[in-house]
Amino acid sequence: MSASRYDLRVYPGFRAITILCLVILYAPLLVVTIYSFNASPSITNWEGVSLRWYADVFTGPESGKFKLAARNSFVIAIIAASVATCIATLSATAILRAGKYKLRMLSFGLISLPLMVPEIVTAVATLIFFNAIGFDRGLLTILLAHIAFCIPFAYLPIAARMQGIEATYEQAAMDLYATRRQAFTRILLPLMAPGIVSGFLLAFIVSLDDFIITNFVKGAGIETLPTAIFGAVKQGIKPNIMAISTMLLGVSVVMVTLSWLISRKDKTK
Amino acid sequence: MAGGAATGGSSTSDTYAEARTWLLLPAWVTLGILVLAPVTMMLIYSFLTKEFRGGVIWEFSLSAYDQFFFDRGLFGDDPPRIEWTYIQIFWRSIWQAGAATLLSLVIGFPTAYFIATRAPAQRTFWLFLVTIPYWVNLLIRTVSMKFLLRDQGPLNEALLGIGIISEPLSIVNTNVAVQLGLFYSYLPFMVLPIYAAVERYNFTLSEAAADLYASRWTVLRRILLPSVKPGIIAGCILVFVPSMGSFLAPDLLGGAKNFMIGSLIEEQFKGNAGNWPFGAAASMILLTLVLIILLIFARQQSKAES
Repeated sequence: MSASRYDLRVYPGFRAITILCLVILYAPLLVVTIYSFNASPSITNWEGVSLRWYADVFTGPESGKFKLAARNSFVIAIIAASVATCIATLSATAILRAGKYKLRMLSFGLISLPLMVPEIVTAVATLIFFNAIGFDRGLLTILLAHIAFCIPFAYLPIAARMQGIEATYEQAAMDLYATRRQAFTRILLPLMAPGIVSGFLLAFIVSLDDFIITNFVKGAGIETLPTAIFGAVKQGIKPNIMAISTMLLGVSVVMVTLSWLISRKDKTK
Repeated sequence: MAGGAATGGSSTSDTYAEARTWLLLPAWVTLGILVLAPVTMMLIYSFLTKEFRGGVIWEFSLSAYDQFFFDRGLFGDDPPRIEWTYIQIFWRSIWQAGAATLLSLVIGFPTAYFIATRAPAQRTFWLFLVTIPYWVNLLIRTVSMKFLLRDQGPLNEALLGIGIISEPLSIVNTNVAVQLGLFYSYLPFMVLPIYAAVERYNFTLSEAAADLYASRWTVLRRILLPSVKPGIIAGCILVFVPSMGSFLAPDLLGGAKNFMIGSLIEEQFKGNAGNWPFGAAASMILLTLVLIILLIFARQQSKAES
């Protein structure tokens, strides 16, 4: 009897479906990564391992375009993630450490709004808004739009971390005559560091990856990596695009892994 | 998901109560200007007159909504009939999103259950494996899916090689390709809330049912599934809502025959022949649909909690 009790948790086939799930999730990414090292200019035939498409990305005829797009993407992602992380940290403090008040839930709703509104709707609304106030579309419009949708992604890990920190630390500091500002900058912020870093990293990836909103609010001729890739893919998938994709994929995986390791480390403490 | 936990009341303090206005100000200013004002402006634009090369003329008009729902003939003076074109596009989007949600549930539930019944130390690792692909650029994932599925692609080569099929399968540009693409885009949203629900599930309930001679599958159907239903519903909504308005999967994997709302809206703004008020109206209709779904969901959740 007792043996069958433990078996109750196990459903035959569930392990197989989980593995199938992981295969579906990883197969497309693995295949593109493998084919990015293909020596052949055709995307169908395999002609041996080569780095020629990576070289092509950096020195080929389209390298200027890709370099500019990459620079735009990274500059926007760094600024947008930094600003969003600051705003999210202040908001989390107001929502989790400033008592209960009327605007509290409403503020939380406002911060999660970009997650609930379909991306294409946000894209349309932002484009219309910039048009209505006569703001010329360019890098700045992309940056502003990115700051807005990065806020909830930065907020979630920051708020999760802040919830795990007892308010007694700051109260102890203030009992010892620390000002409120000192309690915030010397006690709360250092304790918050892992949450803030992982919030920044998630916001950074989300900004780096965005296509739909960027595509709507970018000015003519201004490209980020995703819009440049989309433009190229419209003419067919080429090997150099697979090389760029693999590199971008690598950046995302490294960032998420970092974010995961940081948040895991502070749980084990 | 994390949203509920992040606002929970238990660990709130009022250390910074006096500064709360200043702490919240940046978020309200930023999101007010960059989200609330734009959505309001979009609502206004949907009631304006179109300019022929994109943009609007500031003159009140209902023609965007009229064009969406009614067909008044080529010259606009026939008696109005229901215009099915756009309703059909919405219907197709809902159907495709529904199919993708079902697919995500069929694969996501066993996966979430399997992960939640691992040893606690292993769970985060499994969850991490499932969520990594979500953080990879959606465009790259969709392109990769197309690369894998195309007629001369690795999937067909492999199947031909093993001898399961004798002709390559044409998957790209079908409904199935779009559904697979949507599934691939949003699967973690299905797994995470179900995982959270199963992790909280009290397995002594299963044992009690088994002691009363319920079979494993009866336990699943009658005890486990009803207990984790809130997680399942949350997962379904989190997959369904973004699927409905998605652009990349239908655009890259679906081709012209499988046009969805996202492409309809995009076409109004990115092409020269665009009709901004019509695009704004279609976006408003999509937003309204989404908000209705979320509202019903929120009401059910609060009912379930009380």
